[in-house]
Amino acid sequence: MKHKLSRFAIPYVVWMALFVVAPILLVVVYAFSSANGGFTLANFARMRTYTVVFTRSFKLAIIATAVCLLIGYPVSYMMSREGERFQRVAMVLIMLPMWMNFLLRTYSWMSILENNGLLNQFFQHIGLISLYNQIAARFAADPAAYVPITHFQMIGTPGAVVLGMVYNYLPFMILPIYSVIIKLDASLIEAARDLGASTVQVFRRVILPLSLPGVLSGITMVFVPSVSTFAISKMLGGGTEMLLGDLIEQQFLGGAYNPQLGAAISLVMMVIVVVCMVVMNRFGEGEEQAVML
Amino acid sequence: MKRKGTFLSRLFMALVFVFLYAPIALLIIFSFNAGSSNTVWKGFSLDWYGKLFHNRLIMQSVYTTLLVSLLATVIATVAGTFAAIGFYAMRRRVRQPLMTVNNIPMMNADIVTGVSLCLFFVAVFNGWHGFAVWFNQAQRLFILEENLHLGFGTLLIAHIGFNIPYVILSVGPKLRQMDKNLVDAAQDLGCTWMQAFRKVILPEIMPGIVSGALTAFTMSIDDFVISYFTAGSSASTLAMTIYGMTKKRVSPQINAISTLLFLTVLILLAIVNLREARQERLSARRAG
Repeated sequence: MKHKLSRFAIPYVVWMALFVVAPILLVVVYAFSSANGGFTLANFARMRTYTVVFTRSFKLAIIATAVCLLIGYPVSYMMSREGERFQRVAMVLIMLPMWMNFLLRTYSWMSILENNGLLNQFFQHIGLISLYNQIAARFAADPAAYVPITHFQMIGTPGAVVLGMVYNYLPFMILPIYSVIIKLDASLIEAARDLGASTVQVFRRVILPLSLPGVLSGITMVFVPSVSTFAISKMLGGGTEMLLGDLIEQQFLGGAYNPQLGAAISLVMMVIVVVCMVVMNRFGEGEEQAVML
Repeated sequence: MKRKGTFLSRLFMALVFVFLYAPIALLIIFSFNAGSSNTVWKGFSLDWYGKLFHNRLIMQSVYTTLLVSLLATVIATVAGTFAAIGFYAMRRRVRQPLMTVNNIPMMNADIVTGVSLCLFFVAVFNGWHGFAVWFNQAQRLFILEENLHLGFGTLLIAHIGFNIPYVILSVGPKLRQMDKNLVDAAQDLGCTWMQAFRKVILPEIMPGIVSGALTAFTMSIDDFVISYFTAGSSASTLAMTIYGMTKKRVSPQINAISTLLFLTVLILLAIVNLREARQERLSARRAG
């Protein structure tokens, strides 16, 4: 009976071969092709000119992932200690923003961070900007020549891009960590406590190591979209903060049409993902559900 | 001591939720703004809602978004459930590599998935073009369309593709939790395997199917990047329309349509959750 049922998977296996494996092989082929079709490694050599973009992407993505972890882990832990009803509502509340498309949410941040946006209006209102001007004028080398600012520059800075990443991908950090912590065997914690561990020790020696698979899958799920985003950098970075995603997008749909180079960068991105997956598999054997929302 | 801890932790969680919801609240508030700015409040009005329904571009893209999300969710849920059952019945050595391939679209960066599909579709269309030209010259009975383009069809395939893994991932654990003897018992008692599937397996894994479908729909609604690369110029989802607008100026009509969509989802989720809670309470009372 059981093996008869395995035939149910045949259509999907065919589907995967067509729409998952074949496209990826095509990317590999493109990455090693020149514009007229011959084999070449020039696409990878050309990437050296974009080292700045690579470093910037990695830097911003690592910062965003770290911030997500610093916020996401405590939230997941605190949530798991609340009542069942509270947890259910909190889970819905964390998923809910995703129903408003991520582009819309990012667009909303644009109007918050703009030079005459809501945050700057607020700062103006509470007198923060004039206070800053007074202090800055006093410490300026030549107070007479000091030009007072009218707003804080927030949009178009790397900080705004990181904010956009953290805002959009925080749920991807919270959900896997939470789903691992909630499944922890309560008797383990009890045993640790019976054996005399303090709350801090229980956390450090029991809960933290056991929740590592969730942490790793959270890190991957935040880092990968952050390092490859192009909409967030374009909207909040004001075009000054070009990231890997922007670079790829330009090679396919933008002005610098060069699908071979785009494919080569995509291949690098895939290697990053594979490395993440290997690391995750090593730590979280059979933790497939942790990836799940 | 303990109470202080919970107060601080609740405060922290509240701040996180404020952070998550502040931009959404602003979008909703400014959909009722009389002026066209997203930063200056000019008084209450419903103008943008009125204008919205006459805006062909936005209404068309809302229609495309909902249609592609619903179709992709339904197809992916059915296909994913069958695939999960198939995987479940496989030997571990066969299943393991297939599950890895299944995880690729989920783990891969959206932009890479989008780009690879875009390259693939274009390559297939080029191949098709050659075949169709030859075929149309060889005979006169059927005339095949020679030029295929990216559009709704490719968009739908892409959405189905990235939705199925989520369905499999939420149905799979439910299958593993199921008592293996149930299916055998059903067959011993005279069920055909189709009946065994319908009457035994399906009810057992229903919660997994429902949550898989919900996740799939969420992913479809939230997606921008993969749609952007696979929809071509003939189909446009709401996200793509907004992205096109951000280069110039986003109309508050977008705020209005987002508010409507968001409230619809909110009401639906509230109904579902209240119902579940009530059922749980009822069964708890019966048990007690």
